[in-house]
Amino acid sequence: MSELTPDLVRHLASLARILVTEEEVQKLTGELGVIVDAVASVNKAVAGEVVPTSHPIPMSNVFREDAVLPSLSQAEALSAAPDSAEGRFKVPAILDEE
Amino acid sequence: MSELIQKSAAELAELISTKQVSSQEVTAAFFDRSEKLNHKTFSYLYLNRETAMAAAKRADEDHAAGKVHSPLHGVPIAVKDVLVTKDAPTTAGSKILEGWVPQYDATVVTKLREAGLPILGKTNMDEFAMGSSTEYSAYGPSRNPWDLSRIPGGSGGGSSSAVAGRLAPLAIGSDTGGSIRYPAAVTGSVGTKPTYGAVSRYGVIALASSLDQIGPVTNTVLDAALLQDVIAGHDPKDSTSIPKSLGSMAEAVRTADFKGLKVGVVKQLSSDGFQAGVKECFDDTISKLVANGVEVVEVDCPSFEYAVAAYYLILPAEASSNLAKYDSVRFGMRVIPDGNPTIERVMAATREAGFGPEVKRRIILGTYALSSGYYDAYYGSAQKVRTLIQQDLANAFAKVDVLLTPTAPTTAFKIGEKVNDPLAMYLNDIATIPANLAGIPGMAVPNGLAKEDGLPSGVQILAPAMEDARAYRVAALIENLYKAQWGGYLIDQAPDLEALNV
Repeated sequence: MSELTPDLVRHLASLARILVTEEEVQKLTGELGVIVDAVASVNKAVAGEVVPTSHPIPMSNVFREDAVLPSLSQAEALSAAPDSAEGRFKVPAILDEE
Repeated sequence: MSELIQKSAAELAELISTKQVSSQEVTAAFFDRSEKLNHKTFSYLYLNRETAMAAAKRADEDHAAGKVHSPLHGVPIAVKDVLVTKDAPTTAGSKILEGWVPQYDATVVTKLREAGLPILGKTNMDEFAMGSSTEYSAYGPSRNPWDLSRIPGGSGGGSSSAVAGRLAPLAIGSDTGGSIRYPAAVTGSVGTKPTYGAVSRYGVIALASSLDQIGPVTNTVLDAALLQDVIAGHDPKDSTSIPKSLGSMAEAVRTADFKGLKVGVVKQLSSDGFQAGVKECFDDTISKLVANGVEVVEVDCPSFEYAVAAYYLILPAEASSNLAKYDSVRFGMRVIPDGNPTIERVMAATREAGFGPEVKRRIILGTYALSSGYYDAYYGSAQKVRTLIQQDLANAFAKVDVLLTPTAPTTAFKIGEKVNDPLAMYLNDIATIPANLAGIPGMAVPNGLAKEDGLPSGVQILAPAMEDARAYRVAALIENLYKAQWGGYLIDQAPDLEALNV
C-alpha cells in the first residue's frame, strides 16, 4: 500500500493552493492511493544504469534573433485581470495582519 | 441534408477552387447543421456565425482576386478550446477560465486564418485535456454520433464528434497521451499526433509540455495530410519547435505504395486487454496487408508495460507546474472568501471553486511526485522509463518501417461507465501513450466495426520521429484497402445524426 495518508493529502493540497474539504481529503486519499500503487511499478523497470529523458526530441541552446517586435499594450495585458489599479494587477493582501 | 456536408475537406476545397461553390456556401451549410444538431452531440462550446461568415467572405474575395492561400482555402474548421483565440472565449473546458477572451491567437490559429480556413467555433474537451471521454468537461460531456449514449473519446471528444457528426469538415485537436487518436478510434474518424515539435505549441494551453502536440482531426487520411501541411512548420515562438521541414504529408498520401513495406506488430499491444471485436478488426487489417505482399513481423517492446505508469507520473508532475498560473491574479476566476483574506487564501478558494475533481486529483498527484523524498523514486524513474521506451522503439524501427497496434482497447463505452474509476479511465490510452513519451508520430485510422456492438474500431500507425510522412503513407494504404471493401469511408456508414435522439 502507498504511503498516502489524509495528513499528507492535506499538506499536498495546501502546497498546490487548493482548498479541500474533509470529505474531499478522505476521497482523494483513497483514489490517489490506488493510483500511486499502480504507478509505483516504474521503480521495477529501471534497475540498472539508465539516463533519464526529460524531452523526447533533444534540443539545446535554442536561440532566436533578439528583435523588437510588437507586443501587448499595458491595457491589453490587464484587460482580463480580475482586478487592476494604476496600470498594475491588483491582488488582495499578501501578508497576514500579525 | 445538404450534400456539401457529406463531402471530404479535399473535395470541398476542389469545389471551392474551381468556383463551383463558395466558401460562404460551405461555411453556412456546416454552420446551419451545427446550430441545429449541436445540442445532440455537444461538440461545440462556442459557435460564432458572424466571425465564421466574415472569414468565409474574405476567403471568397481573396479567391476572386486570384489569391488562394492554401490547398484548403475556404474550407471551414473547428478548433479545440485548448488553443487561444482573440475573437472567441477560450476555456480549455474549465470553469476557472469561463468567459476569458485571450489577447492573442495561437500560432496554429494564425496559420489557419492565413491559409483561408474560416473558424466555425471552439470544441468541447475534458478540463485542461485531462481525460479520455469529455466527461470531465466542466460544461458537460460531448456525445458520440454513432450512439449518443456513448462517449466520443477524449480529451478531444468535441473535435472528434464534430467531424464524425459532420458538424465540421475538419478540426484541430491536441494529443498529450492519445487525445486526438483515441477519440478518432471510437468515432470512426482519422486523427494524427505529429512528431513532437512538428506543430507549434505557442498559444496552446499547456497540459504536459514535454508530451503535448497539436494535430489534425478529420474523416479521411488525405484531409489530415492537407491540414498537417497547413499547421506544421517552425515557429520561433516555441523553443521546442523543429527547425527543419518534415516535407509534404499530402504528397506522401498521393504517392503511397506497398513497395518494400515492412510492418511490426507490438507483442505487448496485440493480445491481452483488447475487446474481441477490436482484436478481430486489427487482425483483419494485418491479413489485408499480408495479402498485398507486406511483410509483417512481431516486435518486442518490453518497456511498454511501464508506459502508463510513467505517463501518470510525468503528466501530473508537469501539469501541477503548468496549472500554477491559474492563481486569480492575471486572468480567469477570482473567488474571495469571507473576512479579509490574504492572496494565498484567495488562490486556494479560487482553485477549489474553479477546478474539477480530475484536475485536482492530477495536480495533487503531481505535487506528490515532485516532492523531495519521492522525486527520485517516482518522477526520476518515470523519466528513465521514457529512455527505455525510446530504446525499444529504436530497436523495433531498425527492423521495420512502421508499427501497428489497435488504437483503443475497446469501442466507445457508455457515458458514466468509468467516470468514478480514474484508473480504469487511464487505461483507455494504453496503446497511444508510448508515442507521446517517445515523441514519435502516431495516426489512428478506422478499420471496421466491432462485431459485438457495431461500433467503430481503429488501427494505430507509429513511425520514427520526423517520419510523419511514412505514417501517412501507410495510413493511406490501409484506408485504400478498406475503401475498396466498403465502397467508401467508414464514416459513410454512420447513422443519420438528425434521426438520433439523446
